[in-house]
Amino acid sequence: MASLIETPALAGHALPVVTAGAELAAADPGRVTSLAPFRGQAAAVAAALAPLGLAFPAPGRSTAAGGARLLWAGRETAFLVGAAPPPGLAGLAALTDQSDAWAVLALSGPTHLAVLARLVPLDLRLPAFGPGATARTALVHCPALLARRDAATVEIWVMRSMAATAVHEVATAMRGVAARP
Amino acid sequence: MRLETAGLIDRTRPVAFTFDGARVPGWAGDTVASALLGAGRRLVGRSFKYHRPRGILTAGPEEPNALVEIREGAQRTPNVRATVQEIHDRLEVRSQNAWPGLGLDLLAVNDLFARFFGAGFYYKTFMWPRSWWERVYEPAIRRAAGIGRLSRRHDEAHYEKAWAHCDLLVIGAGPTGLMAALAAARAGADVILAEQDFRLGGRLLADRQEIAGGPAMAWVEATAGELAAHPNVRVMPRTTVFGAYDDGVWGAVERVGLHLAAPPAALARECVWRIAARRAILAAGALERPIAFPGNDRPGVMLASAVRAYANRWSVAAGRAVSVFTTCDSGRAAADDLVAAGVNVVRVIDARADASALSAAPLLREAVVTGTRGRHGLTAIRLREAGGGERWVESDCLAVAGGWTPTVGLSCHRNNRPLWREDLAAFVPAPDAVPGMTAAGAVTGLAGTAACLAAGLAAAATALEGLGRAAPALVPPAAEDAPRRARPLWAVEAPGRAFLDFANDVTTKDVRLAAAEGYASVEHMKRYTTQGMAPDQGRNSNLGALALLAAATGQGIAETGTTTYRPPFAPVAIAALGAGGRGKGFAPERRTTSDAASRERGAPMLEAGLWYRPAWFPRSGEIHWRESCDREVATVRTAVGVCDVSTLGKIDIQGPDAGSLLDLVYTGTFSTLPVGRTRYGLMLREDGFVMDDGTSARLAPDHFVMTTTTAAAGPVMRHLEFVTQALRPDLDVRLISVTEEWAQFALAGPRARLLLGGVLDTPPDLPFMGCAATTVMGIAGRLFRISFSGEEGYEIAVPARHGAALFRDLVARAETLGGGPYGMEALNVLRIEKGFITHAEIHGRVTVGDLGLQGMCKRGDFIGRAAAARPGLAGPGREELVGLRAADPATAIAAGAHLFNPGERVHRETDQGYVTSSCFSPTVGGWIGLGFLRDGRARIGSEVRLVDHLRQIDARCTVTRPAFFDETGGRMRG
Repeated sequence: MASLIETPALAGHALPVVTAGAELAAADPGRVTSLAPFRGQAAAVAAALAPLGLAFPAPGRSTAAGGARLLWAGRETAFLVGAAPPPGLAGLAALTDQSDAWAVLALSGPTHLAVLARLVPLDLRLPAFGPGATARTALVHCPALLARRDAATVEIWVMRSMAATAVHEVATAMRGVAARP
Repeated sequence: MRLETAGLIDRTRPVAFTFDGARVPGWAGDTVASALLGAGRRLVGRSFKYHRPRGILTAGPEEPNALVEIREGAQRTPNVRATVQEIHDRLEVRSQNAWPGLGLDLLAVNDLFARFFGAGFYYKTFMWPRSWWERVYEPAIRRAAGIGRLSRRHDEAHYEKAWAHCDLLVIGAGPTGLMAALAAARAGADVILAEQDFRLGGRLLADRQEIAGGPAMAWVEATAGELAAHPNVRVMPRTTVFGAYDDGVWGAVERVGLHLAAPPAALARECVWRIAARRAILAAGALERPIAFPGNDRPGVMLASAVRAYANRWSVAAGRAVSVFTTCDSGRAAADDLVAAGVNVVRVIDARADASALSAAPLLREAVVTGTRGRHGLTAIRLREAGGGERWVESDCLAVAGGWTPTVGLSCHRNNRPLWREDLAAFVPAPDAVPGMTAAGAVTGLAGTAACLAAGLAAAATALEGLGRAAPALVPPAAEDAPRRARPLWAVEAPGRAFLDFANDVTTKDVRLAAAEGYASVEHMKRYTTQGMAPDQGRNSNLGALALLAAATGQGIAETGTTTYRPPFAPVAIAALGAGGRGKGFAPERRTTSDAASRERGAPMLEAGLWYRPAWFPRSGEIHWRESCDREVATVRTAVGVCDVSTLGKIDIQGPDAGSLLDLVYTGTFSTLPVGRTRYGLMLREDGFVMDDGTSARLAPDHFVMTTTTAAAGPVMRHLEFVTQALRPDLDVRLISVTEEWAQFALAGPRARLLLGGVLDTPPDLPFMGCAATTVMGIAGRLFRISFSGEEGYEIAVPARHGAALFRDLVARAETLGGGPYGMEALNVLRIEKGFITHAEIHGRVTVGDLGLQGMCKRGDFIGRAAAARPGLAGPGREELVGLRAADPATAIAAGAHLFNPGERVHRETDQGYVTSSCFSPTVGGWIGLGFLRDGRARIGSEVRLVDHLRQIDARCTVTRPAFFDETGGRMRG
């Protein structure tokens, strides 16, 4: 049977970009579903999420269990990453497939904060933005979702169409930081 | 010339640069200024207005005279302060504002006529004829004046912008700042210590002092070492904090690569920092001020603090026979220090009668300097001694100490004025001038190092308390103290020109003239004389000018007040402020999934918002874009065309109240739309004008997907957010953009259904405006039967990862069917032929009635309904959408042209309307257009005259209904 070839969001970009102190790599988040509970359904949504072991995250936070994550992604919205939405959610929350909408980059290394300081206005130091933290912000001019994986890695989610610009901006900042004596 | 002392230069690393082509030797640690003085060079520049020879006045960033140009290949950077620029082996420095050269500057003829060039000269002289000012006088004056020259090329160097966040920002790394940073560092706070110099220490770099029983610099090095070892401290040398902004944000500019001979290609020249700090300590110190006396601008006349800095820090004697002219104790200390450093101080001239008699050099008390001599540099000074007698004495350097002016600028950026302290004869920062900021040290008028160390510690304790941290047990080390005694001497009364503002050539006479001519307010005096308006922003002259103005007007200095301090505190290159914004850095590029395929086919790309879309797809043999466009239009009308429409905004709307939301934002009714159907809608702004148009499809009872135009995708999303958050928070509805999720392609033409059948697993039999879920080669997708071309049309959507493959497949299949891809130009022609509107028509000033779409307004309420009913927005006299057809098929109609009644005068008062869209229609065989014509619907069939002054078009057009082809829509309904 005929089939449609897949093109990953970051196909064709020269990744990873490696500089002294930082690495930018493509990250495949897997399935992504936006989950926005309808009015008064918070408790029911929590119950429906229970089989996944995930709780609906507070603003700026995320929850994770068994390879699946739930990232806060905006007003009363979270992205379910790496798992299919449990069937019980239907009717309790608006579920919207976002698997193809984002290009996800992982920036890691000891200078990742110095690199991000050239791209993002937020305070991303560990006390303010520790593992599990998320934020909607702007990466230079690109709308972005940031999610900290661990002390040395931040995921950068940008619109799929802006992937080329985002990679260019991050790589430029990385090279500028690496060039410092 | 160089002294034998060690100084703070690295004698193991010789460095040489060029000044006006001549090689100048120096050492690592030198600035351009210290190296030039070390090489015995005094003449460095020419002044702004009179082209007078000028030398180096200061040893810091406040330098008004020694502004030079740096050349780097084709780049040139003007107005670089020689006292700031570090030397390196590839540095190419040029003097500026002199022609043909520094030694012989023909424009110095201005100086001979200086008598006529006083304050207000230009205003008084070049008044007539009025029209000459812009065309003749101003350009000529600007050529003769001005300071540096730009290369007039793009600055293609790399600059950075960055953010920093900290608990405490310490501004200035002198004794106060170092002590404050040390205390905060030990308390565990996140500290940023910003210092404009490339070395920490402040005055301790320049003055020979002891701290904790040892050389002060040993304490500085030990403190700097400890700070560097703290992981919670970031020391930022070469970083000038230039502005205090809202909410604890500070602007700073860092010189990153400017001091390197071979900076890596990726290294920024400069970085503009925005530092968000919870607390700040202003330890910006104080600047020594000059004294105004005749001839005080001659090369060789310097500030005593600078002469001291050159001697101690750079081991340079600024002269062979140095005189010191002082009105304060620090000048006397400088004289003693210079003697100790091995500088030949021939005399100390102290204006005070009661000054100490203890001096390491010959002392004259109650004496002043009344004049200077020397063509390109000082050779002699004229003294007036206690008895009034005057005499000339030889001296090649005069170190002037007029007291200290606290560097209050940053404390005034939040619209505060500094406070006058009569006891200090200085302005100091007002308390709480900047929320969260404490001023400490010399900037508050303190003089001795011991007092500054204690103040730094106290300021840190205040800041730490605000941060909820305990101050560490820390005792300031022992250091010398020097209580400040102020005895200001603003100007010496003697014949001759005494300069206040060296950078702008403003003299004491100019300030007095301003007062005499009625410019007695300090703001008026500043603008009339230009005092304080040069790159040094009057740092060396503001207080002196104020004092003279106060004396001339009979007011006190406090009553006279200061001018307004505004950011930036120090010059910042526009290139640095605009870092990253040049060329394509200005905005992100958005690329569709078909982008590569379109470019491979040689399609020129058009920008649509941030998106790039193919304009047309050229084929071999086509030499003009119209050939490609006409072919693509014909392809759609006769076979099938494929077009990427993914850039249109797509908004997923779910919830029990989704239909109610659409009813509120659209003029039409959507809550009654059956599942599986799509409806065209118009959206109004609250003011009643049309905001956007598009279709919404009902996928399920509680689930719609709304389509917006490409340009309005963001604004419509924002509008919906506003409506759901602010106007109708009671609606249970959720929104999210799915523009990026779906790749969507339009198939249009008589063979569209045939093409569709080849890619869908089970092609549904959709009615016009139907929609359905579908599968495309096993992939779940969506199918809409909608048309923007007037042909039978479908839009097929698949998840974006399959977009690239589906586009190539659709195009290949379309070509087999005699069709192919079509671009924006053809899309535009197709929709104009049908009279479909875009934002060319709904440009923000048209109503539903203007478009002839009043039938789309429901009876019930919707956003914009009330405002659209305002008088004047409906009824006779409105400009209404019509079609236009050129009477002569060969005459182009141009969008932007205006319409007039035939036979009437072409004038704005007879204007009947304008053209919004136009094209050559291969289907109709002539030029057609859309436009707005006054009462246009009543004038169908009549003639109008079309005039385009820009393109020199004057044509007759027939007014038609806004549809030129298949007006009943039979083709697209199928």
